[in-house]
Amino acid sequence: MPGNNPAMLQNSDVFDCDAVIYDLEDAVSVTEKDAARTLVAQFLSAMKKQPPMEIVVRINGLDTEYWEKDLEAVVSDKIDSIMLPKAQVRYLKQLDEALSEIERKKGMKKHVAVLPIIELAASVMEIDDIVKAPRVNGVLLGAEDLSSDLEVARTKKGNEILYPRMKLAYACAAYKIDSIDTPFTDTNDNEGLADDCAFAANLGFTSKAAIHPNQVPVINSVFVPTAKNIEWALRVEEATRINAEKGLGVFSLDGKMVDKPVMERARKILVKARKYNLIQEDKQ
Amino acid sequence: MKRGIAGSMESNDALITVKESDKLSVTVKSIVYDFFHEQIEKVIYDTLAERGIGNVEVICEDKGALDYTIKARLLTALDRMEG
Amino acid sequence: MKNALNRYVPEGYVPFESASAYKNKERKLIAPKKTSEGYETLGSISDMFDRLQIKDGMTLSFHHHLRNGDFVLNMVCEEIKRRGLKNMKLAPSSVFPGNAILAELIENENVTKLYTDYVNGPVADAICAGKLKELCEMHTHGGRPMAIESGALHIDVAVLGVPAVDKKGNGSGFSGQSACGSLGYAVSDLTYADKVVFVTDNIVDRIDNPQLDGKYVDYVLKVPAIGDPSGIVSGTTKITKDPVGLKIARNAAQLLDEIGLIKDGMSMQTGAGGTSLAVAYYVRNRMLEKGVKGSFASGGITGYFTDMLEEGLLDELYDVQCFDLKAVQSIGRNAAHHAMSGSKYANPFDDNVVDKLDFVILGATEIDLDFNVNVTTDSHGKIMGGSGGHSDTAHGAKVTVITTNLVKSRMPIIKEHVTTVTTPGEDVDVLVTERGIAINPRRTDLLEKLRNSRLPICTIEELLETAYGITGRPEKPAVTDVPVGVVVYRDGTVIDTIYKTK
Repeated sequence: MPGNNPAMLQNSDVFDCDAVIYDLEDAVSVTEKDAARTLVAQFLSAMKKQPPMEIVVRINGLDTEYWEKDLEAVVSDKIDSIMLPKAQVRYLKQLDEALSEIERKKGMKKHVAVLPIIELAASVMEIDDIVKAPRVNGVLLGAEDLSSDLEVARTKKGNEILYPRMKLAYACAAYKIDSIDTPFTDTNDNEGLADDCAFAANLGFTSKAAIHPNQVPVINSVFVPTAKNIEWALRVEEATRINAEKGLGVFSLDGKMVDKPVMERARKILVKARKYNLIQEDKQ
Repeated sequence: MKRGIAGSMESNDALITVKESDKLSVTVKSIVYDFFHEQIEKVIYDTLAERGIGNVEVICEDKGALDYTIKARLLTALDRMEG
Repeated sequence: MKNALNRYVPEGYVPFESASAYKNKERKLIAPKKTSEGYETLGSISDMFDRLQIKDGMTLSFHHHLRNGDFVLNMVCEEIKRRGLKNMKLAPSSVFPGNAILAELIENENVTKLYTDYVNGPVADAICAGKLKELCEMHTHGGRPMAIESGALHIDVAVLGVPAVDKKGNGSGFSGQSACGSLGYAVSDLTYADKVVFVTDNIVDRIDNPQLDGKYVDYVLKVPAIGDPSGIVSGTTKITKDPVGLKIARNAAQLLDEIGLIKDGMSMQTGAGGTSLAVAYYVRNRMLEKGVKGSFASGGITGYFTDMLEEGLLDELYDVQCFDLKAVQSIGRNAAHHAMSGSKYANPFDDNVVDKLDFVILGATEIDLDFNVNVTTDSHGKIMGGSGGHSDTAHGAKVTVITTNLVKSRMPIIKEHVTTVTTPGEDVDVLVTERGIAINPRRTDLLEKLRNSRLPICTIEELLETAYGITGRPEKPAVTDVPVGVVVYRDGTVIDTIYKTK
């Protein structure tokens, strides 16, 4: 969400997404950096209820003159994460120190997380270390800047970003943090978006960034578990409970063996399904 | 004379102009004047008090902004006036 | 005097009782006008005033199918002004900003009474400023034909713009430079006015199955143009791209599905606003997914519905008024795209189409805790519209769904009490907003069906609190107690009064 647009800010909590990114960086012109930072800060401090999604603020890069003022203005118990553009390990260390200082100074209860954006070739080469950096609980791929860094054309098919996509998905899976796929920039092509989501999901991405709220339902339709999967997971859950009473850690369901990795997969599906209220439970 | 402007005339925003002055004056024009002018004025006076600013001329042209937007635009205008 | 909704009713009007009170009344019909073979030709508007002896105090009626491109009402107004006629009563079915000259006539008391279903722009402003000498009577699209056929609204001369007139005086809106499709709102005027004049820019040899029967026509006047095509129909009507509007529309379609209305034989109506059209779009997708085929759609028809007709998702369209070019083209081409009269559409005493609707999607300028809806005035009490078919379809349809943003530019759309009641809450079943869906507690059947819904169902009181949490509690605007108009419910009773604004 562009940080300097009051009309968009005020409705930013009505879309069924996991997180909203309030942007102080590319969506804000250099002459309005001060206004956007103050507006986002006031918007957040006026928020009365716990919103139904996580709150992320994208600050300006650490190679700019704005980032310290950005942090000073927006870091509070109201936010969950700071998104760092053009992330590199050295910047992540610097950001961690700055955040610790602010958290201490403001007496915050919360430990603000960091979401680095991988949008430089140099960052791709550092992914292994970036996912291990302090506070990092998810990583976003930024294919637009990345392809311009590579001086290659960005395509809908995305062959040019296959390597960073795979690398990022694996690194995040290894450290059990969220992998967020690059946004699909054609807001009028929902079919292309659905294909792109399916491709990313198959590579192992856990989520995808939207550049327009109208993309959210399509993205959710791919990343949210299907009714069929939920039904299967519920049956695994039930069978696990019954078999555990019998002292069985491994059992068979529909002629297929259910062991720990299968139970874990079912558990993850149900966590997501319950989060999105996708399981019919009779409210008499 | 020092002055600062912030905001816009877009829907849900407000354009706020502040000017150095030897007295306090607040002018509010709003598309929702009949329904919210007291609340808008209160936000402006409270924000000035928070900043410890006594004498300033504030002109608020409101297009249906919520309180936090008015406060943010006023703060930015004041910052810009101070330079 | 107060009516059943505790709203003031001026002297001389019958107070509103309930939306179904008409069921205890008899239909009253005056004799239709005398028919004749052929018609006489007029040379000019001035000639019309001379030959028909149009004089002070007469009632002239018009339809609004040429919408904001209409020249006919304006031509007549120019002539009233030129002749300095006084105390004229006008009954245009709607008034648009393009009819600004009428505001001048109101100010100068050339026109002192207005009957209409919808008015915005300078004429609305003149009424609100207290310039109209008598009360403006705001009817519904179904109430107007009822008022005309019962004699409650007596028309001396109906001056009807007709895009095509044949040698026998038959009229149609399907073709010609000013083609506008169905002429549904002209039919009662044609049938019951003392005298009928067709104003046209297109005389043709023969019209097959004309919507307007030539036997009622007394005079035909040919002019260079009856309207400006660019203002008559928009090229296309489009669904909203606003993400909030789309979210509301998606949830509305989901709700319609969950309460079992997306099924074979379904019938529906939506407005032409961006969010309403988006509901139609999502409903269409559901129909395709489920392999469902609907029976009909009605009302003002847009290209979205003609597409559904042509792709076999709907059996028939009942069209009182075409909203866009695609609808105009379709009505001339598709046998199952029927033109209907305003009476057939919504007259409570006719065998009407609205009573057969499964659901209708409508908007609201304001809605209150009793589910009363205002589409007549803004929150200052200033007239900016009118019922049109709002209260007619809300009463007829089995389920009435209001879709609206909860807050627009800091104004909460939900109020404790609406400024003006257009449609009574007893006929409003569901309110869909971006921050929750409220079901009218009278509809226990719907609440039961939605018991396990994942939709964000809440009470309307909770929605009001949510809105106030965002905007703050609004102050009460200053209003006067000087009536300038009445909102006439479809049965002829008065549901609310409109006051002069400050």
